[in-house]
Amino acid sequence: MIPVYISEKYVGEIESPTEFVRKVKSERRKGNLPTELNIFYDKEFGEIKIELSKGRVQRPLIVVENGKVLLTKNTIEKLGKELSWNDLVKQGVIEYLDASEEENAFIALNENDVTEKHTHLEISPLTILGICTSLIPYSNFGSSSRLIRGSKIQKQSLGLYSSNFLLRMDTDVSILHYPQVPIVRSFTSDIYPNKSFPAGQNIVIALMSYEGYNMQDAIIINKGSIQRGLFRSTFFRPYNTEELRYAGGLKDEVAIPDKEVKGYRSEKEYKYLEEDGIIFPEAKVDENDVLIGKISPPRFLGELEEFSIAANVRRESSTSVKQGESGVIDFVVISENEAGNRLVQLRMREQRMPELGDKFASRHGQKGVIGMVVPEENIPYSTNGIKPDIIFSPHSIPGRMTVSHIIEILGGKVGALSGKTIDGTTFDSTPEEELRKELLELGFREDGTEVMYNGMTGERFKTRIFIGNMYYLKLKYMVKNKLQTRASGKVQLLTRQPVEGKARGGGLRLGEMEKDCLVGHGASLLLKERFDSDKAIIYVCESCGMLGMYDYFKNKKKCSKCGSNVEITPIELSYAFKLLVDELKSLGINSKLNLEEKY
Amino acid sequence: MSATIYKDYENTLPKPILDNVKTLCSKYKLSDAKIKKTLEKTKEAYLKAQVEPGESIGIVTAESFGEPSTQMILRVFHFAGASEMNITVGLPRLIEIFDARKEPSTPMMEVYLEKKYATSPSKVKEIAEKIKGNTLEDVASEFLLNIMENKVEIKLSRNKMQELNLNSKDISDIIVNSLKTVSVEQDRDNIILKPESKTNKLSDLYKLKEKSKDIHVSGVKKITQVFPMKINDDEYVIYCSGSNLKEVFEIEGVDSTRTKSNNIFETAAILGIEAARQTIIEETLKVLEEQGLNIDIRHIMLLADTMTRSGGIRGTTRTGITKEKESVLARASFETPIRHLVNASLIGEKDPLSSVVENVMLNQAIPLGTGLPGLMAKMKEKKK
Repeated sequence: MIPVYISEKYVGEIESPTEFVRKVKSERRKGNLPTELNIFYDKEFGEIKIELSKGRVQRPLIVVENGKVLLTKNTIEKLGKELSWNDLVKQGVIEYLDASEEENAFIALNENDVTEKHTHLEISPLTILGICTSLIPYSNFGSSSRLIRGSKIQKQSLGLYSSNFLLRMDTDVSILHYPQVPIVRSFTSDIYPNKSFPAGQNIVIALMSYEGYNMQDAIIINKGSIQRGLFRSTFFRPYNTEELRYAGGLKDEVAIPDKEVKGYRSEKEYKYLEEDGIIFPEAKVDENDVLIGKISPPRFLGELEEFSIAANVRRESSTSVKQGESGVIDFVVISENEAGNRLVQLRMREQRMPELGDKFASRHGQKGVIGMVVPEENIPYSTNGIKPDIIFSPHSIPGRMTVSHIIEILGGKVGALSGKTIDGTTFDSTPEEELRKELLELGFREDGTEVMYNGMTGERFKTRIFIGNMYYLKLKYMVKNKLQTRASGKVQLLTRQPVEGKARGGGLRLGEMEKDCLVGHGASLLLKERFDSDKAIIYVCESCGMLGMYDYFKNKKKCSKCGSNVEITPIELSYAFKLLVDELKSLGINSKLNLEEKY
Repeated sequence: MSATIYKDYENTLPKPILDNVKTLCSKYKLSDAKIKKTLEKTKEAYLKAQVEPGESIGIVTAESFGEPSTQMILRVFHFAGASEMNITVGLPRLIEIFDARKEPSTPMMEVYLEKKYATSPSKVKEIAEKIKGNTLEDVASEFLLNIMENKVEIKLSRNKMQELNLNSKDISDIIVNSLKTVSVEQDRDNIILKPESKTNKLSDLYKLKEKSKDIHVSGVKKITQVFPMKINDDEYVIYCSGSNLKEVFEIEGVDSTRTKSNNIFETAAILGIEAARQTIIEETLKVLEEQGLNIDIRHIMLLADTMTRSGGIRGTTRTGITKEKESVLARASFETPIRHLVNASLIGEKDPLSSVVENVMLNQAIPLGTGLPGLMAKMKEKKK
C-alpha cells in the first residue's frame, strides 16, 4: 500500500502505484485534470505526491509515448495556422512538468536520441539557456565563464530600453541613436522583442594591434565612424524639487531668488529661469546653472531674530546642474506629490559621443574601453578600401577561448556581404564550413583574412588581417559619469579633512599603502605636502605644554591655564592631531607638547 | 710589493671580497698598477652597493614581501594532500614564521649523519629506526573499555613489539612509570589498567584510554615519521616529521653540526639565537622559492635580524617587535590603540617623534630621504 499526498496532505492509499501514476498522467493529457497538476512517484520513500500548490516552476516538454514523439511534422506544419500552442497542450502533445515530476521523467535532448525508454523530448536544446545567454550567437563554441559574462554585459548595454522613454523620468538612463538588429543572431532574438528593442550596432572589426593602444582589452575606434554617428547616445538625468511645508505654516517657494536671500549665487546663474522660477525647455545648460529656483524659510525660527540685522532671512535652496554635467532641458513637469506638495520635475538630456575611456563589448564577454580614437586617415584599410570601425586586440582571444567571437565575425562578414542574416542559434547554427564556402563564393578568402595597408604610411602589412562584421554593444559606463577632479573644496566639520565621494566634490584618498610608497622613495617633503590638507596653526603654551589661543580682540596670545605672561608659540600641525589631543583630554589623558627648535 | 697594495684596502673592503680579488689578480698575473686599478674599481662598486643614509629599508622590505604575498594567497591550498609528508607551505607558513608561533603546524627535522654512517643504507636505516618515536598505540593491536569492571584492556601485538625489540614486560614497566594512580596488571600480551580512584566515571575511564595511547614507549619523543633519503651521490639524510633536536643529538652517528629543525624556538633553545636567525632566513627562502617568488635575501636578513636582535624571538605582531617601538603614537597606530595610549599615560611616556608614522600623524617631514638632512648655515662672524 502506497500513501498518496495531494499538496502535502495525506488523502489515502493505493495498491498499484505505477498504474495509478500512469492513469493520472493520461487523464491530465486528455484534459480532464488541470495542466498545473504534477504527479511524482517517490520510489525511495514509497509515496506518491500530487502537487497543485502555487509557486512551482513548470516547464513545457514534448510528450513521448512508446518511443514515438507525439509532435509530428504534420502538426508542426499546421502550427500557427489551424493549431495554436494551447491546442497542443490541450491535446496532450506538450505538457508542463515541475521539478518533482522531472525526477520520474526521462528526457531526450534531440529527436534522434529518442528510445522506447524516453518519456519526453526537449523542445529545443536551447532551453537549457536563459534569455540573455541564448541571445549570444554560436555560444556552444565559447567557454561557459565567458557566456556568463556575455549575458551580464548585454544587460548593461545601451539601446532602446523602453518605447515610452520620452515620457519617463528614469535616473541614469541612455538611449542609443540608430540601434540595429544584429546580423548574426539567434532564434531567441527573433521570438523575443529583441528585434523591436535592439541594443547595439553592427560594426566592422579588425583583429590586430595598433601601436599598442589596444593592449589589455582596450579597443581602438575610428574617429570617422564616430563622426558619422556610430554609438552616439543620449543621456538623461532627471532633476526634481519639492515645495516642502515646515512647522509654523512656512513653506518653500519656487521662484527666482532676490538678492536679499541668504546664499544668493549670481545673476548669471539664474539667467535661464522664467518668471515662475523654473527653467524653460530646450535651454542649453552648463554645470552649476540653476534649473529650479527655490527659496526656503530660515532654518531655526526665532534663533537669529534678536541678533541678526535682517531678521527672518530666507535661504536659497535652488536645484542646479551637477558638477561636470551639461545638456539641454528636455522636459518639464509641474505636479503634486502624495503629501500634496507642489513638485517640479525636469529632465536634462545630453548627447554623448564615444570618447576615450567609454566601455564597449561584444556579446561574448569581451569587454574593453576605448584606448585611442584614431583619425580616419590613419586607420588601416583593406584592398577594397574597407576601414574597420573598431580594432580589437588578438591577444584577448586565446586565453579566454571565445571561439564564438571569431565565428561571429566570420558570419557577420558573410551576412554583410550577401545582405542576409546569419543564424547563430546555439546548438543549431549555420555551420562554420558553410560560412567559409559562402565567403569564398563572394570573392573573399575563406578564412576571413584580408591584405591590409597601414593607414599612416601606406605600407602593406606583412601578414593578412582578420576582418569582418560583428555586433557590438555600448555599455552604460561612460567616463563622463565618472570623471572628477578637485583642487580644494568641502571639508569635514570635525576633522577638517576633505569630504569623500564624487557627488559631494570630494577628494581622492591617498591611502596607507600609497603613503608607504612615498616613504619608500624617501620623498618626505612631498609626503608632507600631500597630507597638509588639514594643516592648522596651533598655539602651544610652553610652560604647561597644553594648547593656548590667540585672542584677536585683544591682539594677544594667552593660555587659559597660565595666563598671558608665558611663552606661547604658534606651530603648524595637522588638525587631526590637535583633535586627537583634545579627544585624549576628554578621556582624562593630558598630553603635553614640548617644543624644541627644529634646526 | 703587491701585499702593501692590498693592505691599503683592508679597512674599506671586507675580507672575502679582498681575498677574491687577490686570487683573481694572481691568477691572471696582473701588474701592480693594474691591481691598484682593479681594487679601486672594486671599492667603487662596493660603496655603490651600500645602502645610502636615509633609505627607508624597513618600508621597502615590507613592500617587497607584501606585494608578492598578495599573489600567494590565491595559490595556497594547491598542494594539499599532494605528498606523503604534508608540509605547511605558502602564505600560512610565512605567517607562522613572521608571527613567531611557538610550535610550527608541521614540525620537521633534517637529520644529517656522520661520514661513516651516512653512506651505508643499513646503518642509516638503523639510526632512522632509533629516531622514530613509538607510542603505546603503535605496539598495541586493541584498546578495550570494560565498563562493568571499570578497566581498560590493552592487547599488544607480538610482531610490532619484535620490530622494536621490546617485550610485554618492558612495556608494562614503561606504563607503570608514566601513569600514576593507576594499577597495571600484565598477563602475557594483555595489559589491564585499573584506575585506583573509587569514582566509577565512564568519562575518566575513556580519558585514561586516550591518555594511555600516547604513552611513549621507544625512540625519540614527538617524532612520528622518518624518511631516509639520498641527497647526493651516496650521502643519506633522514627527514623527520616532528622535531626534537635535543634527543636526536644524543643518538650516536647524528651529525649535530648540520642537523636542523624548522622549529625556530627549539633551534634557539638548543643551538642559540644565531642559529634561529639562520633558520628564519632559510625557512622564509624555502617558502618563497617554492612559490617562484624572488625577494632579495637582504630583506629577509633584515627581518630576521629585527626579530632576533633582543636575544629572543619576537614576531612581527603587536606583542612582538611592534611593542619594542619607541614611539607611543606609532604603537597606537598599529592595533589596540586604547591600551597603548592608556598604558603610556599611566607611566607618563614621552614620544620623541623620531620615526615615520608619528611624523605623518603630526604632518611633519619624516626623518627619511629628503627629510633626513637638516640645514646648517655658517654665519659670517661680525667684525669687531
